[in-house]
Amino acid sequence: MDQQQALQEYLLRLGDSALILGQRLCELCGKAPAVEEEMALMNVALDLVGQARNWYEYAAELENQGRSADDLAYLRDAHEYRNLLLVEQPNGNYAVTMARQFFYDAWHYFTLKALVESSDERLAGIAAKALKEVTYHLRRSSEWVKRLGDGTEESHAKMQEAVELLWRFTGELTSTDEVEKQLATAGLAPNEEQLACDWQGLVEAVLSEATLELQPEDAWMYKGGKQGEHTEHLGYILAEMQFLPRAYPDAKIW
Amino acid sequence: MSEWPLFEVFVRSKHGLNHKHVGSVHAADARMALENARDLYTRRNEGVSIWVVPSNNITASSPDEKEPLFDPSHDKVYRHASFYKLPDEVNQM
Repeated sequence: MDQQQALQEYLLRLGDSALILGQRLCELCGKAPAVEEEMALMNVALDLVGQARNWYEYAAELENQGRSADDLAYLRDAHEYRNLLLVEQPNGNYAVTMARQFFYDAWHYFTLKALVESSDERLAGIAAKALKEVTYHLRRSSEWVKRLGDGTEESHAKMQEAVELLWRFTGELTSTDEVEKQLATAGLAPNEEQLACDWQGLVEAVLSEATLELQPEDAWMYKGGKQGEHTEHLGYILAEMQFLPRAYPDAKIW
Repeated sequence: MSEWPLFEVFVRSKHGLNHKHVGSVHAADARMALENARDLYTRRNEGVSIWVVPSNNITASSPDEKEPLFDPSHDKVYRHASFYKLPDEVNQM
């Protein structure tokens, strides 16, 4: 794989994770536990969808096959999606929603922070814009992990369960494959060890402040999302998200 | 959440000098109130600074006191500065 192909692939990973988590959060529209939380969740969701658009536009330009950002979002099937397995997991209770968000935000934050220094200017520019949004996402989700973890007996138990439930999908965040290694060597993408160390450090600090138990280092980890091997949840998300543009391809105003 | 206390929200806009009351939010504590206020009241580029104040810390005048408090000022037109003759050099005041 040459460097440009690797970069295209990497842009899809960034875009797909943002889009799928954005779509997941939008499922909570009208169902959030409080109106204040609802607005906050939708703000985060739409930030992510906006970021996905930026990554897709760049990917589509590099690809140069006449596909648009919308085509990339709406006309690819599950095996072509490159998002992290973590973000396609169901919303569950609010502890699960917030634990998922926190694990992702911590990864997202350090990834973007490294990408701001990327040797690719366009990549660095998109990352800089997204980083401002994600800094706030991370602040909010880490607050929730602490509030629920160090809250009542019931909220603590639910947050602990959520951490245990989702931990198996976090291995993918900090381990890289050939695509990412190649880009890291070229100064385009984050260095694996640095990213893993930053993510681990922050997650441990927040979980211990939240009085939550850390998970064993040798825990079994699911992987494959970044390579297109997904859990069964992704198909349902795409079915809902892609129905309209697939059923009415000529529709310009929905 | 009905059990969360209420906070009043004040936002200072880019060009405004003072914080203006914009509404209220429910939140478990002041920090959460600040975040909720950010998400509810500054999403369209409205502000550069936010204050939140627990609503129960605000002492309000009672509607029953409306007459003694406010009616007496209705006919005190001399309290407005409109009766002074301004020197020509002063264009606006």
